[in-house]
This record gives sequence, structure tokens and C-alpha cells, in this order.
Amino acid sequence: MESSIKNNPAHVGCTFSADRLTEVDRLMKQYPEGKHKSAILRILHMGQKDFGWLSVEVMDYVASLLNIQPIEVYEVATFYSMYHLKPVGKYVFEFCQTGPCCTRGAEKTIDYIKNKLNIEVGGTSADGLFTLKTVECLGACGYAPMMQVGDVFFEHLNEEKIDTLIENWRKEAASKN
Amino acid sequence: MAGKKILLANDHVEGIRYYDAYRKHGGYTSVEKALKMTSDDIVEEVKKSGLRGRGGAGFPTGMKWSFLAKPEGVPRYLLCNADESEPGTFKDRYLMEYMPHSLVEGMIVSSFALGANTSYIYIRGEYMWIVSILEEAIAEAYKNGWLGKNIQGSGYDLDLYVTPGAGAYICGEETALIESLEGKRGNPRMKPPFPAIKGLWGCPTVVNNVETIATVPHIINMGGDAYAGIGVGRSTGTKLISACGNIRKPGVYEIEMGISVEEFIYSDEYCGGIADGKKLKAMIAGGSSVPILPHNLITKTAAGEPRLMTYESLADGGFISGTMLGSGGFIIYDEDQCIVHNTYTLARFYHHESCGQCSPCREGTGWMEKVLHRIENGHGKMSDIDLLVDVAKKIEGNTICPLGDAAAWPVAAAIRHFRDEFEWHIQEPEAAQRGNYPHWENRPEVVA
Repeated sequence: MESSIKNNPAHVGCTFSADRLTEVDRLMKQYPEGKHKSAILRILHMGQKDFGWLSVEVMDYVASLLNIQPIEVYEVATFYSMYHLKPVGKYVFEFCQTGPCCTRGAEKTIDYIKNKLNIEVGGTSADGLFTLKTVECLGACGYAPMMQVGDVFFEHLNEEKIDTLIENWRKEAASKN
Repeated sequence: MAGKKILLANDHVEGIRYYDAYRKHGGYTSVEKALKMTSDDIVEEVKKSGLRGRGGAGFPTGMKWSFLAKPEGVPRYLLCNADESEPGTFKDRYLMEYMPHSLVEGMIVSSFALGANTSYIYIRGEYMWIVSILEEAIAEAYKNGWLGKNIQGSGYDLDLYVTPGAGAYICGEETALIESLEGKRGNPRMKPPFPAIKGLWGCPTVVNNVETIATVPHIINMGGDAYAGIGVGRSTGTKLISACGNIRKPGVYEIEMGISVEEFIYSDEYCGGIADGKKLKAMIAGGSSVPILPHNLITKTAAGEPRLMTYESLADGGFISGTMLGSGGFIIYDEDQCIVHNTYTLARFYHHESCGQCSPCREGTGWMEKVLHRIENGHGKMSDIDLLVDVAKKIEGNTICPLGDAAAWPVAAAIRHFRDEFEWHIQEPEAAQRGNYPHWENRPEVVA
């Protein structure tokens, strides 16, 4: 869990697209009048997806959408482990390291990624593409070793699969540049 | 024997994730039936069924429902706890992913029984793709007149929404879940007042696990007495078990309560035995919070009786020689697994997930993690073992939510049953770095 929040000048004046604002409106209406703050977690997920990570500027923008004080957003964003409070790579590996995954070799696979990308846990590869984080139980114990990247669970991982995934993501990133 | 299946009887049907196939195979008939019943009658059927909360605590569902306050003019809420985060547990995910309509149907019947007109499914944020699956199922239910205004002409209105979390084990605790749903940090609340009196936005609220809610339609369809006829004694019905660790066939299985633990571990219908021809060393039966058992107490109780997959049999012997069915998160450890290492990873988990409100939990979980880390890495002292027992004791029962107990129990149980392995790690650090504890099979006899 991160405990400090950071500014990002590049996020000054950030706004959601029109479609995203329609979605924000739909989410806020799922709760009774005056209780729309309940939509905060999901809107923060959207902010993270669109802007990469949750800077002070993104959180302030979310506060303005919900018409609440910025501190109400900061205190929520710093509590939940899925939010990135500092810059991360294009692909964030959230690798499960809890007991059941360890019975099936999670730690060895994490070490393999560290060596392959030459990074430590929490670090980002030199090309800015990959960040490795370790996380606690993701509810995929039977399909270990596993990691979450974005909204997708990658399960039954081994070194070969890791190689293929990284290669594909490198290609994907190169084709978009 | 082939066990009876209720929740997963149709999980293999093609297209069962979608409305048409689900409806064709009997889906939503419980709503038709329930809308013609009174809410009291529905609660009565659930009471008769003996259904107990499937999230871990095992509290009788009908009784929980009957505690719900019903002040005039105040909305009531039903919240589904889909924050499945207990290590070893991945059963609700399976149900929601493959049979989302079974949860939607259960939410409609249960909301009607409780008089709730707005209900929410709070799902862990990591299951984001399941949010889409559930929202798609909900949209289909609206389109076919099972949600919204005047459901099937009954005059009953219900809106159902999905709210994802963002990574916090603690939000599986019901008052933390409510805080999170209100858009706050997931800090558990002091109780009383209980959610049944003051829950979401201060209104009477029931929080039930996914599997619990998905079972309700079956109880309505077959009747509470018929459901109570399945299983053994006070462990009625079926239970989803997510099996993982060193077994041949990890996965989610529906068992009839009362099959033996031996059958569950070794039969090809379920876990298929220990992987790679290894020996069974230890088992956690109900998610990482429940006590671990050594090989000699798994298939038989201390009294020598066959151990069954029921609330009572798994708990036989109390914490001295028993464990708990809990969430049904079943973790198997083979002879190559190190108990000290496993206990360390679980202590790290609870330290990471402690919300930090209560000092015994906030400080104690971190302390246990540190001590276990040094034992694991060959820097332990013999006094560390009793220190761990002491810290665990001082957390247990001294926090406002059960996370403290959940963190203390696995450490206390590991030392209770495997003290010699901890001692070996401390006395023979070099050997412990190189290999596994050689004497794990010699467990002291436990007197019933």
C-alpha cells in the first residue's frame, strides 16, 4: 500500500472523454441521491486506466466530478492496493505471492521475471514498458503461478509463457509507437 | 460415489452464462414461485433448509435474515459479498464467471424476501472482467422483466447494481464492505450496532456471500425440508470447495456435505490425490485463516473417526486437533513444502491486509511477519517460538473485526502442530536453507 501522493504536471487539466463522462454519470446514478460518492472506486479505476496512474491532479479531477473534497479521494486512493500512486510501466505485472501460489513455484517465477527484465519488485524496466509488483491473493490459487496485467489474469504461468507474453507485449508496444 | 450437485448441476451446459440457456434449464422459476409467497414464508423456508453462510463464518442464513430491522419508511438493503480474497478461495469467482444468472436470480428472491428495492453486488476489484459478465446478466434480467419496476406483474420493484472494490482483503468483512461501498476506506465498524440495524447509509442491511445467495433459489424450488435432507446433521446441502496446492486436479468442486476428506483428496472425481506421487504433509481446509492440520489429523480425527467434509467433523477436536470448514478454500501441502515458509507468507499476507485501526492487529501482524522472516532466513532464536505464540494470543479477541483472529490462528496452529520444524530451522539454519525438514512424518500423538 502506497502512503504518499505525488504531483504530475503532465496531468494538469486532464479530462475524461465524452463517453467516459457518460459512464461516470451512469455510475453515480446507481446510488441514492446524495450518495453518489459510492462511485469513487470505479471512477478511480477509470482514471488510472486512462491516465496511467493516480497523480494528485487526476485525484483532484475525480473529486471535482464527484463534487467532494480532494482529501476524500486521497484517503481512499491510498487505502486500496490496486491504485498506482506513482508512475508505472505500460504493462504492470501484479504477481501473486501468497502461500497457495508458493506451493506451485510462484517465487521462482517472480525471480525469473526479475532476472529477465533486470528489475527488482516495484521497479520498472529500462524501456519503461514493464513494472513488476508482488500482490497478495488474487483468488486464482488453483491456477498458480499467476499474475494480473490490467484486467486480465494470466494463469498456469511458467518461464516459457512469460517469455512469450513479454515478447508479444514488446511487439504490441513497438507497433503502436 | 458421484456426489449430488445443486449449484453446479448445469455448469457444463453450453451458453449457460447467458439468459436463454439459463432460463431453458429452469432459471428464474424460483422468482415466479417466490413472488407468490409472503416474505415471511420465504425466510421460513430458508430457516428450515439449515443453510449456513458460505463465506466462512457458517452463521445460519435464515436467522441472519430474521434479525433485519424493518422500521417504517426506511429503505433496507441486501448486499452480496463477492469480495472473495481469502487465500485458497476461488469458488465464488467460478460461480459468477460461469453461472452469473444464478447469482442474479438469488439476489432477486433474497431481496424480495428482505423487502429490499435496491441491492448491490460488491465484488473485489481484481475480478474486473466478472463485473462485465454480471452487468451483462443483469441487463438481460432487466430486459426479460426480472428486474426493474413491477417484476412479472407482482408490483415488486428491484434495482440491482455491481460495485467493484480496489484491492483490500478487509472489505470481505461485512462492515468494511459497507464502508467501501459508501466510497470510503475499508475500515471495519464497531459493533453493535450490527448491519441488520444500521448498515449501508445507516439503513438496515443484510450482507450475504455469493454462494449463499445462489443457493436460495434452489431452496425455494425444492423446499427447505428437502434441502435440509441433503448432507449430514447441521451441515445441510452442498458446498463449493476450491482445491489448490500440491494436488493432481486443482479446481472448484461441489460436494455433498458429509463425504469423507479422504474421498475428497484422493478420488479422481475431486482432487485426484497428491501431485507427482508425493506424500501428504499438511492441509488447510477452509481458507488460510483456519488452523493447518498435519497429515495424521487430516483423514481421521484425533479420536480415530473418519474426518468428513462438514462444519462439525472438520472442527472435531476444537483447535487442539481440528480446524474449520470456513470458506471452503482447501489447500494441500506435500512433503516438499516448508511449514515455516508457508506460515511466513501467510503472516505477510495478514500484515499487508491489516487496515491498521486496532493496534494489536496493526503492530502484531507486522511483528509476527518479522519474527517468521528471521526464522525462515536462519537468524531465529529459540525464544522466538514462544514469542510468536504470545503475540498471536495478544491479537486474538482484541480487535474490532475478525482479521486479528484470522492472522493469529494460522501462526498458532503451525507452531502447535509443527513446533519441531520451527526448532529445526532455528537450530540447523544451514540445513534448513538447503532442504526440507526430514522428520515431518513423525507427528506426536494427539489425545482426543
